[in-house]
Amino acid sequence: MEKQNWKAFLYLLPALVFLGVFLVYPLIDVFIYSFEEGYSSASQSYFGIGLFNYEYVLHDPYFKQALINTFVLVIVTVPISTGIALLISLALNSVKKLRSFLQTIYFLPYVTNTIAVGMVFMVLFKETPYSQGVVNMLIQWVHLSPVDFMEGPWWAKMFVLCFYTIWIVMPFKILILTSALASVDEQYYNVAKIDGTSSSRIFFRITLPMISPSLFYLVITGFIGAFKAYSDAVALFGTNLNAAGMNTMVGYVFDMLYRDSGGYPSYASAAAIILFAIILTITIINLLVSKKHVHYN
Amino acid sequence: MKSKKKVLVWLLLAIWAIIVLFPFYWMVLTSLKEYGAYNAEYIPQFFTLAPTFENYIQAFTDVPLGKYLLNTLFFAIVTTGLMVFVTILAAFAFARMDFKGKNVLFTLFLALMMIPGELVVITNFVTITELDLRNTFLGLILPSVTSVFYIYLLRENFAQVPDQLYFAAKVDGTSDWRYLWRVMVPICMPTLVTITILKVIECWNLYIWPSLITDDPKYFLVSNGIQQIRESGFGRANIPAMMAAVVAVSVPLIVLFLIFRKQIMSGVAQGGTKG
Repeated sequence: MEKQNWKAFLYLLPALVFLGVFLVYPLIDVFIYSFEEGYSSASQSYFGIGLFNYEYVLHDPYFKQALINTFVLVIVTVPISTGIALLISLALNSVKKLRSFLQTIYFLPYVTNTIAVGMVFMVLFKETPYSQGVVNMLIQWVHLSPVDFMEGPWWAKMFVLCFYTIWIVMPFKILILTSALASVDEQYYNVAKIDGTSSSRIFFRITLPMISPSLFYLVITGFIGAFKAYSDAVALFGTNLNAAGMNTMVGYVFDMLYRDSGGYPSYASAAAIILFAIILTITIINLLVSKKHVHYN
Repeated sequence: MKSKKKVLVWLLLAIWAIIVLFPFYWMVLTSLKEYGAYNAEYIPQFFTLAPTFENYIQAFTDVPLGKYLLNTLFFAIVTTGLMVFVTILAAFAFARMDFKGKNVLFTLFLALMMIPGELVVITNFVTITELDLRNTFLGLILPSVTSVFYIYLLRENFAQVPDQLYFAAKVDGTSDWRYLWRVMVPICMPTLVTITILKVIECWNLYIWPSLITDDPKYFLVSNGIQQIRESGFGRANIPAMMAAVVAVSVPLIVLFLIFRKQIMSGVAQGGTKG
């Protein structure tokens, strides 16, 4: 067939322009920004080239707080959400009645506006003028002492953030795992049954290896997603996350760029690059680990 | 033994259903409570005997919630429309046409999928500011148009259309352009519907970009609009009116989801990554 160089180029042109201007150029530019010292958006000038921006960011106490918050969020939410999603998917897979009804319900958080529903969580955990809020009421039913979740100690706020994050990410995980479980060939189970294999052995020797690619896919995307957490924290604690002690790394980047403390694209760029260096490292580790343990047909 | 396990399974499923649904219930319930009655509760009430629509009236009159909803609708439709158009053209070139450097370019496209949006937002913010497009719809829309993933998804679908159709059309003297819109697009409609809905959802929930690029409430979308309402809208304490606004923001998406449940869930399973 004849080459259609020019015609194809025309078809690709709109996509190339959009991607070039808003994806490729910014990617290069963000590295340049991060090395320009003392860049000012007003005069568009800078003093010199160097690592000062990185140094500044790494010594900023707000950055440290954001780093700690983000790591805690990742370490808590990824294993818990994946674990619960696996349990629920196994349960869903074992019932026939109401399955698609429940799947629909479980998927609802995915199609909600993170900011809007986050405010509902704030209301659930927040004290009202004369009561300590719904969640505290439930806590008191089981005879524990109430906690000021929204304005109290750091760990209480962190708990709310983790809880909301898990609630938000569950639909995706349940969806992926239920379809993975449903695609395991019945024959394996039938053979195992004839052999009289115990159900725990079936789970560890058949089910788990068969769904391990999906499971690792979820772990990897889960890590990436949790490292990029931001909107959920804004929804719960408002835009001034530094004051609430609840900032995340992405939040730190945008605070540097804009809002009251903003106007420093260089610091923002340096912080963003540090964040994605961390994400890249963790993803590579994940992939190396998965190579050893994941069963790909 | 067997029945005990069954009880546990149903218990787990029921508990998770309650955890998922309870916030929605509480949001609707609170939005129907009267402001005074809500604040006077010593014990949070799980139902109300005197529902009021006062909060909804307040949500649409005291703050420009209607405007935010219209803005978001306009933004979502234009962005999605542009995205679908650009995506169809690019996917067609990759699936159907033969040109120099095709494989290299397609590989580069795939590599672009790995660029995190957060990294490029910084420069885009500076670009849009320098173009003087802050607080405009153009500034909101332009950087949100392209999605490499959707180009990939549609290309895969286009590639499945049998070659014979194309050659038959060529024999009849049909141009590529006509063939694309008269044959390819109708055949791949299900994928296009999925892509469209996923993009609309994405637009509806977009928060970071609009919050950076607009500080004039005239151009707020629902996400930063509702954030604004929370921080300075009805006075911080008017939770029922705030919940009415939250319901108004959530209902359109939930309705969309219930209509297109199958397409949305299969689309997300193929490549959604929120989580």
